[in-house]
Amino acid sequence: MTTAVAEVAAPEKPKSIVSGLDPRFKPRLYEHVGQANSWTLEYALKNGAYEGAKRALAGTPEAIQDEVKKAGLRGRGGAGFPTGVKWSFMPKEDGKPHYLVCNADESEPGTYKDRYLMESDPHQLLEGMLVGMHAIRANVGYIYIRGEYILGANRLNAAIAEARAAGILGENALGFGKSMEVYVHRGAGAYICGEETALMNSLEGLRANPRLKPPFPAQAGIFGMPSTVNNVVSIASAALIMRHGADWFSSMGTEKSKGNFLFHISGPVKRPGVYELPLGTTYREIIYTWGGGPTEPIKAFNPGGSSTPMLPFTDEILDMQADYENCASKGTFLGTGGIILIPQNCDIVNMMYNYVRFYGHESCGKCTPCREGIGTWMNRIFQKLVSGKGDPNDVKILEDLFGNIKGKSFCLLADSCIMPVQSAMKLFRDEFEYIAQHGKPMYTGYGNRWKDE
Amino acid sequence: MSFFTNKQPLVADILSRYPANRKRSAVMPLLREVQNAEGYVSDAACAEIAAIIESTATEVKSVMSFYSTYSSSPTGKYHLQVCMTLSCALQGSDQMWDYLCETLDIGVGDVTPDGLFSVQKVECLGSCGTAPLMQVSDSGYYECLTKKRLNALLADFKARGDGSLPESDVKAPVFIQKNGDVVQQITADGMPVGGAL
Repeated sequence: MTTAVAEVAAPEKPKSIVSGLDPRFKPRLYEHVGQANSWTLEYALKNGAYEGAKRALAGTPEAIQDEVKKAGLRGRGGAGFPTGVKWSFMPKEDGKPHYLVCNADESEPGTYKDRYLMESDPHQLLEGMLVGMHAIRANVGYIYIRGEYILGANRLNAAIAEARAAGILGENALGFGKSMEVYVHRGAGAYICGEETALMNSLEGLRANPRLKPPFPAQAGIFGMPSTVNNVVSIASAALIMRHGADWFSSMGTEKSKGNFLFHISGPVKRPGVYELPLGTTYREIIYTWGGGPTEPIKAFNPGGSSTPMLPFTDEILDMQADYENCASKGTFLGTGGIILIPQNCDIVNMMYNYVRFYGHESCGKCTPCREGIGTWMNRIFQKLVSGKGDPNDVKILEDLFGNIKGKSFCLLADSCIMPVQSAMKLFRDEFEYIAQHGKPMYTGYGNRWKDE
Repeated sequence: MSFFTNKQPLVADILSRYPANRKRSAVMPLLREVQNAEGYVSDAACAEIAAIIESTATEVKSVMSFYSTYSSSPTGKYHLQVCMTLSCALQGSDQMWDYLCETLDIGVGDVTPDGLFSVQKVECLGSCGTAPLMQVSDSGYYECLTKKRLNALLADFKARGDGSLPESDVKAPVFIQKNGDVVQQITADGMPVGGAL
């Protein structure tokens, strides 16, 4: 019996980085956040800013798209659509002006990742704007920043002025002979402006009602011209990919969810804050190792902003790797990464009333199911329940309303309200029935939480 | 004299950010200028903005009424906007709101007799890690507000009396690198802070 030559062991591929504790992991997006003078051009240039943009501008738009596709970057605004693919939808040689719009209208409850990036490292975002603008053949980019982020807007405007004076932006951006300009447009307090077509209307000086799609922004976006809207972190990540390479980015994460990601925690947790970690980090590591663990018993959490359906706070869920696919398999979304912990001793109906009030307030009023269904009907039923005047039938009416609102509106705002509330009712139906039946909540810890010192 | 008469360079700068045939895009920055200077946007100002962007005052008001940070009635020198959404509510924003209204003896739409304060409930300000908080006028955030810290702030505003503001003392709750190691900075009383070490 003879055996052939011993099989040559395939060169072992290094294991993907899926923990912030992995010594190979280093924060990049937030590397400079919190450092003194990190927002100045001098600081940024010392730390390698615009090297990625130079590399990008030296190549073709297609080369950037391919590199970003190869890296596996997916949109960080919540939907997770591959950024490189989105860029490739833009027409070529159509003779029209193209626009890149950075969606910095961060208004999703529980989400605060873009804010510190813009305040502390505006040049990283500007570098990403140059990369993205070249990738979609745009000469003008707008950063639509929510009106309340005044420090962020001021820092961005100062960074633009510095970059223009240094020839990084302007008629001959970075010396590549191409005109590239970036402008900041401040919002004025409207959650709906985070929806890309509503954002475009707002930028055009109209009321921020969403537009019908098609036409998609890549065909007719702002000013009727081909446009692409990307989240702040997507754009900043593109700069990092051009600086450190697609392989660096795809060395982190799980099979289909690559790269570094900004998880952030709020609610009763020891260290609320933004934690840059690789995708595929477990929720246990995020909440306990980095967040320091809850400060009181927790019954559930929203994994990525208030719009994402709640997950129960169980060992199975905590040991789950946070990525797009695992969240989808549990009926929720990775979303923005903004984790909101839901305390055990707070009544779920009161907490969901807070969400319903939010979405009712933020409905743009265009579609009846959203405007009346959430703004009026659901609000009134929740008001009735939390004020102790509910009756058992209210729970059924709410369920009926879910079906008549979800999927019945122009944009996703209505669904974004129904999904978390429906998930809460599925997980804690007993609490809904209790308050409807007894006129008082099952848990009473909601109203008395303000600290004196 | 109308508001923008002697501010032509500013108007030109705002218009230069948008395509020449898309003056309407300037409506929000122009509204912002008036709101910040006067504390509200009057009908006369709407008409003036309409003339600049080549639209009508009705259209300008329609846009203005869509957003929560423009006001059609006067506000105080310190317009206090309290975030009421869940992450803040879980840190006591409802109680803070009640306390604020009681202490200042005003409600939504009122201005204190000395013209200093007005209050508004607002939705998520994107500062969920440093809740509860309020935004003052068109300026910065004041975060991690305990009753003690809120009282100190109100006393500070009253002492200033001119709409000027102290610097925020809360920095980003994020990783800080120290000697190559990544650590997060926490103050003794549990408030997250960042900034230079």
